[in-house]
Amino acid sequence: MLETLFPNGIAQYAIGGAFVGLGVVIIYVGTGIIAGASTFLESTWSYVSDLDRFQRRKYVASRDWRVVFTLGIVLGAAAYTYVTGDFSYSTRVEPWRLVVGGFLVGVGTRLGKGCTSGHGVCGVGSLSQTSLVNVATFLLVAIGTAQLVFAMGVRP
Amino acid sequence: MSSEPTDRGLAFNLIVLVGGLVFGVGLAVSEMAKPEVVLSFLQFEDFGLVFVMFGGSIVAGASFWLLSRTGKAAPLTGREYARRLKSFDRNVLAGGVVFGVGWGLSGICPGAAYASVGIGNLTILWAIGAMFVGAYAQALWRQWSASDAESAATTAD
Repeated sequence: MLETLFPNGIAQYAIGGAFVGLGVVIIYVGTGIIAGASTFLESTWSYVSDLDRFQRRKYVASRDWRVVFTLGIVLGAAAYTYVTGDFSYSTRVEPWRLVVGGFLVGVGTRLGKGCTSGHGVCGVGSLSQTSLVNVATFLLVAIGTAQLVFAMGVRP
Repeated sequence: MSSEPTDRGLAFNLIVLVGGLVFGVGLAVSEMAKPEVVLSFLQFEDFGLVFVMFGGSIVAGASFWLLSRTGKAAPLTGREYARRLKSFDRNVLAGGVVFGVGWGLSGICPGAAYASVGIGNLTILWAIGAMFVGAYAQALWRQWSASDAESAATTAD
């Protein structure tokens, strides 16, 4: 039963999840800020775009540290991969899926006030009803979408 | 919050960097940085990803719960410890649906996409570029629809 549900075991998932949570905790303890990953998309636009929405104070005031946070994520993942020694991975998911899906993720996360880390980890951890509703919505829709695309024969 | 300076100094940036590093290690260890792994979860082939999101939220949530009860403020900002609570409106649902279609189609979300660059997956830059375009598109659209509503209101007067 367990092997059917978790063919690759659960250790790396549980340990990885704990590290994700710990990264949030470190920033929270030091600064009181609950960091999500997707605000970076809008706050970074504020460097180059005059759109009023991007020039709001909350984006301009946080854009520098959000760049630092994102760099940290890239470097942390790189450090772990350096230790394992395997940089050969490159996704085989079709580029059109990455582009269309990425676009919708960019729209949806900003419209819905957060993503898998902001709502999924931090909002759920806060037992925020807004986040619980958002996460339940995107999980169900994502499962339906992935199953539909799979059923249509797209691999991967 | 409005009293917080934009330029926050070395200690602040260091702690954000360290937090980001640990966060990135987590996304690499859990393999969430690989869209194939996310898709295998969404296709019910491997349910392990449940442990990533809920493991992360339990660890983070415990610190929110503990520190927000102390009534104290964070040393580097003076910001009071609180939970992450956002107001609910229709956009939270609409955004969740759009995000869900995108996540289900690509297997990638923002944090995992950044980490994916770190594990050497440069192909993911397609997705990151598209996320920026998506964030720009929604800002443009919302600004237009807001000014439409404004001019409609002015005409009505």
